[in-house]
Amino acid sequence: MKVKKKSWYLTIGGILTACMLAFTATGLFWTPYSPTAMSAPDRNAPPSAAHPFGCDQLGRDVLSRTLEGAGSTLTIALAVLVVGAVCGLVIGALCGYYGGVADALIMRLCDAVAAFPSVLLALVVLALTGPGKYNVIGALGVLFIPSFARLVRGEFLKYRDRDFVQSARLMGVSQLRIIFIHILPNIWPVLLSGLTIGFNNAVLAEASMSYLGIGVNATEPSLGYMLKDAQGVLFTLPWCTIFPALAAILLILGVGLLGEGIRERMGGTAA
Amino acid sequence: MPKFVKRALLLLVVLAMLAVSLYGCSTGDTQTTLDPTEGVSGSGSEPTATAQSGELPKGNSVTVGIAQDLSNLDPQLAATAGIREVLFNIFEGLVKASPDGSVIPAVASDYELSKDGKTYTFTLREGVTFHDGKPVTAEDVIYSLERCAGSENEGTPLISAFSNVSKISAPDEAHVVIELAEPSLEFLYSLTAAIIPKDSGPTITDTMIGTGPFRFVSYAPQDNLVMEKYDGYWNQEKAAKLDKVTFKIITDTNALVIGLKGGTLDLVLHLPNTLENEVKDEFTVLQDTMKLVQALYLNNAVEPFNNELVRQAMYYAINVDEIIQFVCDGAGVATGTSMYPAQSRYFLPELADNYQQDVEKAKELLAQAGYPDGFSMTITAPSNYTQHMDAAQVIIEQLKAVGITAELIPVEWQSWVDDVYRGRNYQSTVCAIAADDMTAREMLVRYMSDNRKNFIAFQDEEFDQVLTQALASLDEEEQTTLYKRAEEILNEKAASLWIQDMCELAVMNPDLEGFTFYCTYVLDMSTIGYKQ
Amino acid sequence: MGKALLKRLALLLGTLLLVSVLAFTAFSVIPGDPTQAVLGMEATDQQIAAFRAKHGLDLPVWERYGRWLSAFVRGDFGQSFKYDKPVAELVISQIQVTLMLATVSFALILAISLPLGLIAARRPGGIVDRAVTVLTQVTMSVPNFIMGIGLMFVFALVLKWFRPEYVSLEQGLGPHLAFLVYPALAIALPKSAMTVKLLRGSILGELDQDYIRTAYSKGNSRGSALRRHVLRNAMIPVVTFLAMAIGDIMAGSIVVEQVFGIPGLGRMLISSIGNRDYPVVQAIVVLLAAVVVGCNFLADLLYRVMDPRIERT
Repeated sequence: MKVKKKSWYLTIGGILTACMLAFTATGLFWTPYSPTAMSAPDRNAPPSAAHPFGCDQLGRDVLSRTLEGAGSTLTIALAVLVVGAVCGLVIGALCGYYGGVADALIMRLCDAVAAFPSVLLALVVLALTGPGKYNVIGALGVLFIPSFARLVRGEFLKYRDRDFVQSARLMGVSQLRIIFIHILPNIWPVLLSGLTIGFNNAVLAEASMSYLGIGVNATEPSLGYMLKDAQGVLFTLPWCTIFPALAAILLILGVGLLGEGIRERMGGTAA
Repeated sequence: MPKFVKRALLLLVVLAMLAVSLYGCSTGDTQTTLDPTEGVSGSGSEPTATAQSGELPKGNSVTVGIAQDLSNLDPQLAATAGIREVLFNIFEGLVKASPDGSVIPAVASDYELSKDGKTYTFTLREGVTFHDGKPVTAEDVIYSLERCAGSENEGTPLISAFSNVSKISAPDEAHVVIELAEPSLEFLYSLTAAIIPKDSGPTITDTMIGTGPFRFVSYAPQDNLVMEKYDGYWNQEKAAKLDKVTFKIITDTNALVIGLKGGTLDLVLHLPNTLENEVKDEFTVLQDTMKLVQALYLNNAVEPFNNELVRQAMYYAINVDEIIQFVCDGAGVATGTSMYPAQSRYFLPELADNYQQDVEKAKELLAQAGYPDGFSMTITAPSNYTQHMDAAQVIIEQLKAVGITAELIPVEWQSWVDDVYRGRNYQSTVCAIAADDMTAREMLVRYMSDNRKNFIAFQDEEFDQVLTQALASLDEEEQTTLYKRAEEILNEKAASLWIQDMCELAVMNPDLEGFTFYCTYVLDMSTIGYKQ
Repeated sequence: MGKALLKRLALLLGTLLLVSVLAFTAFSVIPGDPTQAVLGMEATDQQIAAFRAKHGLDLPVWERYGRWLSAFVRGDFGQSFKYDKPVAELVISQIQVTLMLATVSFALILAISLPLGLIAARRPGGIVDRAVTVLTQVTMSVPNFIMGIGLMFVFALVLKWFRPEYVSLEQGLGPHLAFLVYPALAIALPKSAMTVKLLRGSILGELDQDYIRTAYSKGNSRGSALRRHVLRNAMIPVVTFLAMAIGDIMAGSIVVEQVFGIPGLGRMLISSIGNRDYPVVQAIVVLLAAVVVGCNFLADLLYRVMDPRIERT
């Protein structure tokens, strides 16, 4: 087995992510046109020099909207991931390590939430808080907790009786230290996979929510909302779908490959 | 060493073969339903379904794509436009809708209205039979009408207009008399209510026996409804041309288009006209208006929309033609008031010209009203209606010019009905209002101060007066004049910012002919047939 | 073990109860009620009041829940408001369709992901691994409604391999399955991509463990190390994922059902939520929850079988 010095994933993923971040960051400060400005003569215009990504059915510049949409999507996805992963990690770790009645109860609750239709849950959260970006994040974040909790718990179950944990216990290391310093690093590879998948799902979940009509404010587009919006003109104005979809795919792809690369570095599994 | 990889590969191959073999055995069975017009298959190597479909005839049948599920089939309840469109073919009332919006005799051959406008006397047509072959009797008619008035619903009318009915009787076998509490010319429109066999109410959604040109065959929720020609239809001149019609429920617009292009659908109604380019080469495309009024409805009860000047300023600030251009490719018709063009007797096209976009004037009016720098507002819109969402976004852009900042809040449909329509808890909304029973009256009464449908919360004494007079009138000329006056008042006061009657398409297999647009919720399949 | 199992089963029922309470409360929180869907937007107050009284909608939530629960345990799922039919009758055919769709999807996921995952982990960093990684990444990142429409477009319109029209089981098992392969593919592709990724990551993580190094040092070949030691452990997170995926497939095929016009449970659920037809929603939610929870239970059992270390006294 040869050792590869250069990490292919890290390079490609890094470049992709950097590009997409630069793209997104540009959108925060500058867009060629206002993302909401409409122009009657440019309705349904195909890509051209003036509008590299074409225009949508309301004559809005798709490039400008994609730039801004990528920003919204990235923010939502990251926030959702933080809510889901942090809560899931803590719950999963404690349940997996300690077990017992609390574990069983919490896991049942996770099951109940996971088994509950996401649309209904989202409707409830939105009914309680009113529509808006932050509430969408809340609604989606809750949906992501059970899968992380289960994943982490499964890993903890695997490690908690391993020799190194037992010896740490014998040496009188505190429980929290064992959980977070001794066991946690071991589950990084799986957790990283989970995180990249989670990022992916968060972007898609936002799109699905938009598809079902309970997404973010339409005046501030996200990629998911744009895709939903373009759904009716999929065949006639394909550029309205292709470019936001491409942005979403590249964003996810970049993060995914970067995750692979980091995991490869850390774990050294390529050896 | 690579043993397990081999095994894995083997598994993949086996499963792939399984999939292919399943597919293979299926091609033999499905071919009976295949469409001969589909042509030659795209790929040569596979034994594809289409390659074998050459000579199979489609028969004298048609598949219609509909975007809404039909749910409760009770013909007298018929809560949604989609259900009414389909059931028109199976059930008939004493009278039935005709394409121009009036009603023509059906189960009744003739009727008379007393001078005081309170007593309708119907002469039943001879030779009308139910789909089970039994003749329609006066007893059946009385049973049906009484059911509409609530006889099987603890007295609550199934059709609200029937709350006006005081007595239904049959002086003899051939006549039915309906007496009303209040005089009404328009009650006649409610008598399109289905006539069903006596005592069939509790089972009607299973038996579905009516008197129409088609008889019900089957209904699978979320899948399809099938009906066949009824040979014993009383009017042989207008008997169905097709032997069988299948309504296929497909809720995704793109899937409807794919269904058309893939040859599984022959007719789809209510497609947005933005899809015209997609289908116009291969299909007969018919264009129509939707018979409703899309508007930015302002809640007249809240600041600042309780101020007439603000409403007028906003009407001057927006550009209706541009909205129509954006939302309907310019094919919608500007209305300028709460009436749509298909109501040709009452429609006043000139009202649409009263508020031509004039940003200066709008600013002036705003300043007069005490909002020289504009204000902030919200527009709530049902998110499943693309055309309303689009219109709202165009309006938001246009309002920016006069300093009004609007925010669009998309909500799910039921929440919209509950919060906006019933709860009146909103600032403004973009939606479309249609007349439930397709009468001009319906379009106007909702602006009366104390009307329960007045979700706009419009209050105006003169309007109330004029309309009350119109409703009481038994002279059609006078009524028409009064309705028109009421429309003008609404326009002057800018109660709402009416935009347009939207445009829609009916897309049909080019081998078919005879499609007729109605100005009501009707999809008349009896006139459609294959070209000879 | 028997006692533990019984305990787990009791917990399982508790979960279902919890889900049904959640669903019931949800309907008292969200705006809208079934009268609009049944009576139309213009229903009079009198009509609405009559409807509410007739169906007991004017009772307090807990009382309605009590009534529903006592009927439910007796096997009476209630009556749909919107369709005016018994819920059981309405849902039974949808269950068959969705189960069939889920089965085909699951078979496809296994058929696609297991071999690919193993191949990818076999030579990490190799061309196959990279191609698989990139491919799975791309597949994962396509939104499901675009995937559905795309597959339909390619297979129905361009290749003409199938007609875009739902074929029910009554028209024959063969044609039914042949049609379901395409929507199942739309469901299976992204899920397989995730499974591949997880499996690969898990195998590679496991390969790095001390005991594997020991196995190597004892002269075991990489293949036999994989076979004897790694797979078993590596499958644990994968099985978790797959078990959860079953529930996901059952509940998450909504969009695909919509696009392909399949009269399934997911579509019924969404339209019933939209219509506030809560007897139907209630039944479907509990049913789906039973599947999900059941699968998780199964996953837990599989743990014990696969990883003896989890077996505790």
